[in-house]
Amino acid sequence: MTVLVIADHDNAALKGATFNTVTAAAELGDVTILVAGSDCGAVAEEASKLSGITKVLVADDAQYANPLAEVFAPLVIGMAGDYTHILASATTFGKNLLPRIAALLDVQQISEITAIQSADTFERPIYAGNAVATVQSSDATKLITVRATAFEAAVAGDNAAEVTAIDTSENPGLSEFVSTELTKSDRPELTAARVIISGGRGMQDGENFALLEKVADILGAAVGASRAAVDSGFVSNDYQVGQTGKIVAPELYIAVGISGAIQHLAGMKDSKVIVAINKDEEAPIFQVADYGLVADLFKAVPELEIELEK
Amino acid sequence: MKVLVAIKRVIDYNVKIRVKSDETGVETTNVKMSMNPFDEIAVEEGVRLRENGGAEELIAVSIGPKQAQETIRTALAMGADRGIHVETDDDLEPLAVAKLLKAIVDKENPDLVVLGKQAIDDDSNQTGQMLAALLGWSQGTFASELSMSDGKANVTREIDGGLETIQINMPAVVTTDLRLNTPRYASLPNIMKAKKKPIDESSPADLGVDISARLTTLKVTEPSSREAGVIVEDVAELVDKLKNEAKVI
Repeated sequence: MTVLVIADHDNAALKGATFNTVTAAAELGDVTILVAGSDCGAVAEEASKLSGITKVLVADDAQYANPLAEVFAPLVIGMAGDYTHILASATTFGKNLLPRIAALLDVQQISEITAIQSADTFERPIYAGNAVATVQSSDATKLITVRATAFEAAVAGDNAAEVTAIDTSENPGLSEFVSTELTKSDRPELTAARVIISGGRGMQDGENFALLEKVADILGAAVGASRAAVDSGFVSNDYQVGQTGKIVAPELYIAVGISGAIQHLAGMKDSKVIVAINKDEEAPIFQVADYGLVADLFKAVPELEIELEK
Repeated sequence: MKVLVAIKRVIDYNVKIRVKSDETGVETTNVKMSMNPFDEIAVEEGVRLRENGGAEELIAVSIGPKQAQETIRTALAMGADRGIHVETDDDLEPLAVAKLLKAIVDKENPDLVVLGKQAIDDDSNQTGQMLAALLGWSQGTFASELSMSDGKANVTREIDGGLETIQINMPAVVTTDLRLNTPRYASLPNIMKAKKKPIDESSPADLGVDISARLTTLKVTEPSSREAGVIVEDVAELVDKLKNEAKVI
């Protein structure tokens, strides 16, 4: 099997989920990683050291500075014939790009796999993680996005995969990048954090998230939110943990004022330890929590801050 | 401008999913069905374009069993002008749906197609991107803001870590994310009016599209479940457990 991984990166470094995708790819066969970017030499070098990678292909050109699907798709399609499997992370990068490639190759993509059973059979969650489907593909080439939390991260070792520059593709001129507005935060990214503290509708308003931020700063945690909190306008959508937001699996997940709707549980139930703080003892979140505290969050969270600082 | 929205009939998001005991799928008989929530956002966006004069016609397309017509009626009650129903009892994959939608787009020539970013049943998140690819159009996925001028669309997209704005050529395919808008409820007079709006009926064979499945579902199972843990008395006990029992802080 020859596997191509399309790297998700920011031209300076690989994004976290790419490491997990490489691990999934290595289960399938020899891994080549494609780094398409602009001035992305550092990313190629980083990738070449990862265990499991045999080859790094670099397409370094200004047109790849931002990952526009219309621009990236022709590049991947041009080399698709060399591979049995083409993988990308199930991040907004992979979700945007891979189906465009799949349709042009006439392949039915398999989204967000959580396990590999064989070269053509994979497990993936459906219905917001309330069921798991095992699917077998009859397509000649398998196109797959990988849910990062289901696979270990590949580690950098003394590997030194060969780095080769490749020809660039023609830009179809359909789309242009205008700007990004990244949420500025000194805290870790949700999908990479070891500890996450999330707030739900019980937080009552956005300003009260400051309570969670104080605890997050002590623990080095990321701050998340339920869809209810996002829909209520407390915080922006990039905080959202759940099936329609980010899928996370930290060592410790603290759910504050979150009832535990199915769609939220789907995004965090693989966390190693779950803590729930909610004043409603009937809240479904307690059914998945390792430690539950039935309490008013406006009293409990400040207490937690004091207790952690001791 | 002509706008087409694609909508899917799915198990209502409030329904607790039950996996069938023979592991062939999930129980759908006697289960409440409704429009995929992301597609409601797509319809709302189309209706707003229709109302502010940006669009002259709004067409709602659904592909599915006979009852998908109820979902189309909902879109008509929200403000779509007419419906197209492609009837099939097969469980279609995103690639087949994208091919059918392409056949409809080729006939109707809309300037903009709006779809939900994913359906909450199979969670594939593919159809919009695939349709854009097959048409050779640009794509604005996971949109939280959309505006159009001079044959271009400005799309602000929800990406990991924040927002990205792109400018794409029209015609275009746009897929919706949560914050794009809040869908309206159809009023009773509009529900009555919707009954008189036309729905064209066709089939995958009429459209000349091969819808054969590429994936075989070998089984559908329950996810591994978590056991409920313990209820602690106070914050001090919680911190003690986290430090000394779970050893995570």
